[in-house]
Amino acid sequence: MSGAKLERRAAMATLVADRGDLLVVPGLGSTTWDLAAAGDDPRNFYLWGAMGGAAMIGLGLALAQASRRVAVITGDGEMLMGLGSLATIGIQRPPNLAVIVFDNGVYGETGMQPSHTQSGVDLMAVAAGCGIGQRFDVRDEKALADLAARIKTFAETLFARVLIAPEELPRVLPLRDGAELKNRFRAALGLKA
Amino acid sequence: MSAVDWPDRLFATLKRAGVRQVGYVPDAGHSRLIERCRADADIRDVVLTTEEEGVALCAGAWLGGQRAALLMQSSGVGNCINMLSLARSCRFPLLMFITMRGEWEEFNPWQVPMGSIVDPVLKLCEVDVYRATKPEEVEGAAERAVQTVFGDERIAAVLLSQQLIGKKVWTK
Repeated sequence: MSGAKLERRAAMATLVADRGDLLVVPGLGSTTWDLAAAGDDPRNFYLWGAMGGAAMIGLGLALAQASRRVAVITGDGEMLMGLGSLATIGIQRPPNLAVIVFDNGVYGETGMQPSHTQSGVDLMAVAAGCGIGQRFDVRDEKALADLAARIKTFAETLFARVLIAPEELPRVLPLRDGAELKNRFRAALGLKA
Repeated sequence: MSAVDWPDRLFATLKRAGVRQVGYVPDAGHSRLIERCRADADIRDVVLTTEEEGVALCAGAWLGGQRAALLMQSSGVGNCINMLSLARSCRFPLLMFITMRGEWEEFNPWQVPMGSIVDPVLKLCEVDVYRATKPEEVEGAAERAVQTVFGDERIAAVLLSQQLIGKKVWTK
């Protein structure tokens, strides 16, 4: 993990700009704040807990909503807690699911302690080992722009690691009531709340 | 047929309920039900690496407008505890069928510590718990659980007693 590091808030804003009908599940903590900072949308299912569960929520959602694309955008710590879910996703391979990990090598919410990715654990290699064929290692603005375009058009399970700088930013807190988040998300899909 | 074929009754209940995704960790007690789900074109079977993945899977399915169910053995309940917060905080419907170990003619004492606390642990997590010990009790318990889960948007578990499953044969 060296070289250029992207700014996380700008990276999130780039990914969800002109999102079309993209459904987004961020992980608890920083990626939820990043998504809230990029602008609220009922098709964001913010997580305030459920650590390790973001990718699996994305899987259930992608299987249920086969005609829409789903992007899980989470952090390295949250992904590490649910590493097995990459194996589960690797054999289901819904064509409309993207799992994107903002990897800064630290647990930002708890005081910037190092995560496993700082010491050699390679999430790109994990995704490859789990059979996810479309993988993108995003290290600069150009690759980020490519990924932003791709998550609106992809047709095969996608995994991306976005190398971001370890920054401590002011929290941007979205709606916190879980039932309301769920109901407004379903309503935005035309489902009974 | 000498006894009620309870796994087939459970499958029929899932079909009547309109369940479209079934998450599971492979389990001998659920083998017949898993087989039925895998063979059904309208049910997506999702094999999990750990049961807590299934709690999140079911939440995602509901967000997307599908009903889901989660199958596990009693040991898997312990793996789910924190993830159940997702269902509790957001009031996600969550339907679980749990085969019990560690309670009847159990050969493996390591199954006892978790098996013996499944019922109180689930109740602490605000799960409605129904138990079936005889084959003819399974369908009724499952139907009640379905009503609780999808009618009231709650969490329910049907505990399938070890008597239903029989002894595990350890020597061949």
